[in-house]
Amino acid sequence: MSSLKAWHEIPIAGVPFVKSEEYRSGDWRTFTPKIDPEKCIKCGFCWIYCPDSSIIWDGETVPKVDLEHCKGCGICAEECPVKAIEMVR
Amino acid sequence: MMAEQQVLALNGDEAVALAVKQCNVDVVAAYPITPQTIIVERFSEYVHDGEVKTKFIRVESEHSALSACVGAAAAGARAFTATAANGLALMHEIVYIAASLRTPVVMAIVNRALSGPINIHCDHADSMAERDSGWVQLYTEDAQEAYDTVIQAFRIAEHPDVQLPVMVMLDGFLVSHTLQNVKVLPDKTVAEFVGQRKPVNIELFGEQVPLMLNPEKPVTFGPLDLYDYYYEHKMQQIHAMTKVPEVVRQVHDEYAKISGRSYGDGILQPYMMEDAEIALVGLSSTMGTVRTMVDKLRDRGIKAGALRIKMFRPFPHKQVAETLQNVKAVGVLDRSASIGAQGGPVFMEVRTALYDLPEKPVTVDFIYGLGGRDAPPTQIEQIFQKLREALEKKPEKTTMYIGVRT
Repeated sequence: MSSLKAWHEIPIAGVPFVKSEEYRSGDWRTFTPKIDPEKCIKCGFCWIYCPDSSIIWDGETVPKVDLEHCKGCGICAEECPVKAIEMVR
Repeated sequence: MMAEQQVLALNGDEAVALAVKQCNVDVVAAYPITPQTIIVERFSEYVHDGEVKTKFIRVESEHSALSACVGAAAAGARAFTATAANGLALMHEIVYIAASLRTPVVMAIVNRALSGPINIHCDHADSMAERDSGWVQLYTEDAQEAYDTVIQAFRIAEHPDVQLPVMVMLDGFLVSHTLQNVKVLPDKTVAEFVGQRKPVNIELFGEQVPLMLNPEKPVTFGPLDLYDYYYEHKMQQIHAMTKVPEVVRQVHDEYAKISGRSYGDGILQPYMMEDAEIALVGLSSTMGTVRTMVDKLRDRGIKAGALRIKMFRPFPHKQVAETLQNVKAVGVLDRSASIGAQGGPVFMEVRTALYDLPEKPVTVDFIYGLGGRDAPPTQIEQIFQKLREALEKKPEKTTMYIGVRT
């Protein structure tokens, strides 16, 4: 995130002026998803279900987790049909 | 240039509805039952009869009514709603949000007592509960002023330096349901005066974009704003509020030119204040009675005066202090109680405004008229009498409760 600005340097009305990609919400996380490449069947369920688009997937290989934005909600682990994702503290 | 005007017999509600009709409002959202008033009922008739192009949204609560107006205003529309008493209380959450999202909504508030006990009559508790919300608050005295002020309110709210929502208050029943001769401007004159709403530009990612929901130049309204920027956004609201008095004055003066009507400077309306020794300060319809009593006291050689505060937010503290600096005893009329505080909301503002004067007048709060209890001329005379006594001997209590049975 860019350095903090003064009140007269930012748009009014609370309109965000930093792109959400640059807003690192990953540091709210307590539990981190760990994907086991041995168990993963590359179905893409985790990629579909992630509410914060924090699963990075090319459609072919084992997905990766964007740890700058993943908040550790655990939905991916819950939805994974082969239990290939473990939430680690 | 002065426009030719028509005299219509209207109550306060109808006067507001007519003003809204003439202001080419895009969206009106309202909830219809008690404590709603005839304002939106009359306006819905204009919609039904095809006299306006306004989108009228029938919602399931006042909370939704104001939410719909905020959404409409965020999309660039001119939006209006009206409510009263517990309807406003139910809006409370969105009242703050409308101000913080800088949506220039105009809302008419018919001042009525907040429950409980349940009561529908005149009392200022409802709008006073919103005094810290970041809205501009204008209190009107009669149906004519309510009509004139609603028209001005759109200009004030949408001014590029302001971009804040505006509440226009009128006294429940005493004004809202009382028939009065109201001079109304031609539709065209009002349309020209208010013009089209033009969204302001903001700088976003290095370019100027309109502050509105627009797929071509997308912006986000209402996301989370934590300890890193919430305070800065509040500071912007505080700063915008400091720009309001000048805009109110300008718009008021411009309107006076086309209508021939003025209310002091649009902020304060002093009456016989030049040499007043005792003065009553207050809001709304009671001040007409106060002026009549000032005349009677002047006939008896008593130097009485009256100061009506039209703009309560932002509170014109310097102007109030200047107007009252030579008065010996100031009485404040509060039609709501701030229970547990030193006095009513108007008293706390006025007394604070006077604190920096080198010679502080005696200030007494008179809580009166709660729940629509009548405030007849005899009561105002009684209050002036208490002020005269305060001149002789500083009262032990700064708050007096007038018209309550003891």
